[in-house]
Amino acid sequence: MAASREDVKFLSNPKIGLRRKKYCRFRKFGIKYIDYKDAEFLLQFINEQGKILPRRITGNSLKYQRRMATAVKRARHLAMLPFVGDLLK
Amino acid sequence: MRHYEVTFIVDPVLSGDEVKSTAEHIQNELRQAGAELVAVDELGLRQLAYPINKRSSGIYYCIEFKCESAAWLGKFELNMTRNERLLRYLTVKLDKYGVKYNDDKRNGRIGKRKPETTTTEDGGDLAPAVVNLDA
Repeated sequence: MAASREDVKFLSNPKIGLRRKKYCRFRKFGIKYIDYKDAEFLLQFINEQGKILPRRITGNSLKYQRRMATAVKRARHLAMLPFVGDLLK
Repeated sequence: MRHYEVTFIVDPVLSGDEVKSTAEHIQNELRQAGAELVAVDELGLRQLAYPINKRSSGIYYCIEFKCESAAWLGKFELNMTRNERLLRYLTVKLDKYGVKYNDDKRNGRIGKRKPETTTTEDGGDLAPAVVNLDA
């Protein structure tokens, strides 16, 4: 007849509400140097307005967040990234 | 030995010869000051993210050099400021990781980044650094 409660529970993925583990991609892959000339790579860490994304969004550790921020600021000085942008992505 | 990297943008309205001569002039200045040029990278004509001096594109050069002492860097940068053909410049001191990164990049060991792969970009040398943390 009607499916029991236990059956229904496992028809969909029981893990569906769980958050994905956030990790620092620099720590995980052993990247020690962030090149300020690589604008494509740095685009991952800025939003559509060109602002640097906070650590709680990117998942970076403090050390690499700071290095990434200085790399973005250097790229902005060299006009590889804008200070203020619109629809960057 | 200290490693430095200077990136500068040359005015795009200049003719090809003038651009080359500007880059040559900078390199000669570095050599005269006693620096050893490691690499000269011409990133070419690129669109600027915002206009500088009313120009919207520029020719990027990146020169990596090393020297014993860099007391002359102040004067070198002053000359770059006074050079009318340069739009912007940036001098950066490279730490050992930066030097290694540049070296790997020149030898083609750094490809397109893929976050899903488990191989690290810098090969196995950084594995010992991770292991030491556990010890």
